[in-house]
Amino acid sequence: MQMADASYTLPDEKGHFGPYGGIFVAETLIPALEELRLAYEACRVDPAFQAEFEYELKHYVGRPSPVYHAARWSRELGGAQIYLKREDLNHTGAHKVNNCIGQAMLARRMGKPRVIAETGAGQHGVATATVAARYGMECVVYMGSEDVRRQAANVYRMKLLGAEVVPVESGSKTLKDALNEAMRDWVTHIADTFYIIGTVAGPHPYPQMVRDFQCVIGRECIEQVPELTGRQPDYVIACVGGGSNAMGIFHPYIPYPDVRLIGVEAAGDGLDTGRHAASLSAGKPGVLHGNRTYLLQNEDGQIIETHSISAGLDYPGVGPEHAWLKDSGRAEYVGVTDDEALQAFHDLCRLEGIIPALESSHALAHAARLAPTLPNDRIILVNLSGRGDKDMHTVAEKSGIQF
Amino acid sequence: MSKIQARFARLQSERRKALIPFITAGDPSPAATLPLMRALVDGGADIIELGVPFSDPMADGPTIQRASERALAAGMSLRRVLGIVSEFRQQDADTPIVLMGYANPIEAMGIERFVDDAAAAGVDGVLVVDYPPQESEAFAARLKAAAIDPIFLLAPTSTEQRMRDVGRFGSGYIYYVSLTGVTGAGHLDHGQVAARIPAIREAVGMPVGVGFGIRDAASAKRIGEIADAVVIGSRIIEEIERAGEADAPVRVRALIGDIREALDSLPQGTA
Repeated sequence: MQMADASYTLPDEKGHFGPYGGIFVAETLIPALEELRLAYEACRVDPAFQAEFEYELKHYVGRPSPVYHAARWSRELGGAQIYLKREDLNHTGAHKVNNCIGQAMLARRMGKPRVIAETGAGQHGVATATVAARYGMECVVYMGSEDVRRQAANVYRMKLLGAEVVPVESGSKTLKDALNEAMRDWVTHIADTFYIIGTVAGPHPYPQMVRDFQCVIGRECIEQVPELTGRQPDYVIACVGGGSNAMGIFHPYIPYPDVRLIGVEAAGDGLDTGRHAASLSAGKPGVLHGNRTYLLQNEDGQIIETHSISAGLDYPGVGPEHAWLKDSGRAEYVGVTDDEALQAFHDLCRLEGIIPALESSHALAHAARLAPTLPNDRIILVNLSGRGDKDMHTVAEKSGIQF
Repeated sequence: MSKIQARFARLQSERRKALIPFITAGDPSPAATLPLMRALVDGGADIIELGVPFSDPMADGPTIQRASERALAAGMSLRRVLGIVSEFRQQDADTPIVLMGYANPIEAMGIERFVDDAAAAGVDGVLVVDYPPQESEAFAARLKAAAIDPIFLLAPTSTEQRMRDVGRFGSGYIYYVSLTGVTGAGHLDHGQVAARIPAIREAVGMPVGVGFGIRDAASAKRIGEIADAVVIGSRIIEEIERAGEADAPVRVRALIGDIREALDSLPQGTA
């Protein structure tokens, strides 16, 4: 059995992961972030908070989510054995809800009756609206008007749950603009409002806090995979947009040096076409949305528009801890194109009876690329971060089918 | 003494308030900016805040975001902003210029190169909205070494400790954002602002400019009663939007002229 190395303690007290992370926001937000940091640090070591969080994850989300051996698909690919961490079976259909519960509980402790969120595809918006309904909180979700149009079903879902959905018309009318607008709302309503960020990005303490809430994914895997296979996996693969499902499964494995961590970014039409969302593979470090990290930007430092078939990966930045894991070499990052992701999507549907989210299909596609190059006794663990019901429309459109 | 500090010293000796208008460089076109800067000076501006457009201006409201989008669509960049400052300097050696913008365009250019080029162009102050003091100690020191004032923001929510930090890292003046919110927001609690200014001035040891929520001569005058400088931005951008490029300089000059007159009508020695 490999020895775990517990020396990894990032971020530092200022929220830095090496040169990344930090707090890059206007002065108006500084006191709110400080208030949040203190509240979170208290909850982090409070057994009552942790017990309530665990209770909610078990009884409301349905955790632990199983690890499933995709034996048929593995046989078809001919090589390593692929195991899937079934975050798609969570309540609301993705890993996002883990973090929303944690932050909503924190908001209640801080006495903030109103929560706001940004959303791209709508998954984080739905998870936030769900949790707000569960706790009786007012909820406002900002969503780019382009995404509102593309994701009508999720918009309706949020409204059913009692949330107000505000279409954002500025900039590229997508996720990054929704994030800008949510920040503006927060700065204007700081006294009674908690901003539930959906990914491991933004100013400190968000990257750390969201990671901590999502780490339940990896902690469960560390128990579950040996129960099934007798040992830890050789590879852990997850898709990376902002990077919360990947941090959630990677982080508990960081101390296991023999476990290779691979993040999969959206290569869209291909990394050489410029139409993609692969900030780690093709971007360079800069400052956006409160943290220093890898960004897709032009030579003047303006953020450029991204493309991916998967709205959840369509973001020009990435969580700062991923930037650090890349530079330090502890994790590696690769790209998967729209077409490769779609192929994996269809394969999993037909061979395993599981309809994966297009985001997760990127991770699956890389597993499908890797498995045939490895012997049969190798173990690949893929984070199946969400289910694909929300993507029916996109996939059908790609296949020339109209409902 | 920097050009900004000299300007404040002179105003103080004349018992007048500083008027600091903001425009976004390149809005609505790169060619429009120099005539607008001259109009601001002719109308009575003491210092010009020149916005460097950014694709994701998180701390700004819709008005300044629109100005940023127009400027970027017209091809504006940080490099070109520095070019405009150089050109302005050939005609006006005195009016201090403060660049106001976001960190990423500066980091993309490289901090050393930016500071060198800004100093060469004749920039007098730099305010980076998303560089709070704890993340910009080295940057502020480098600016100071190049005789450029690092300008910082303070907010109604800032703590005493925060004020002392800003006083240590910053120079020139402090930009007090008079309400929690984004630029261009409407409401302004005058009494609350008035109550905060003396403590801020005391903690930072430099002049305090107040911005956010100032719409016209009357609201500027009320701020002039309590602050050392009045910063006005979104209202000017709206005037440029309404006037169109050709008429904008005349209209902006008139707007600034009215505010100047109102500020100069304050009884001497206020605050």
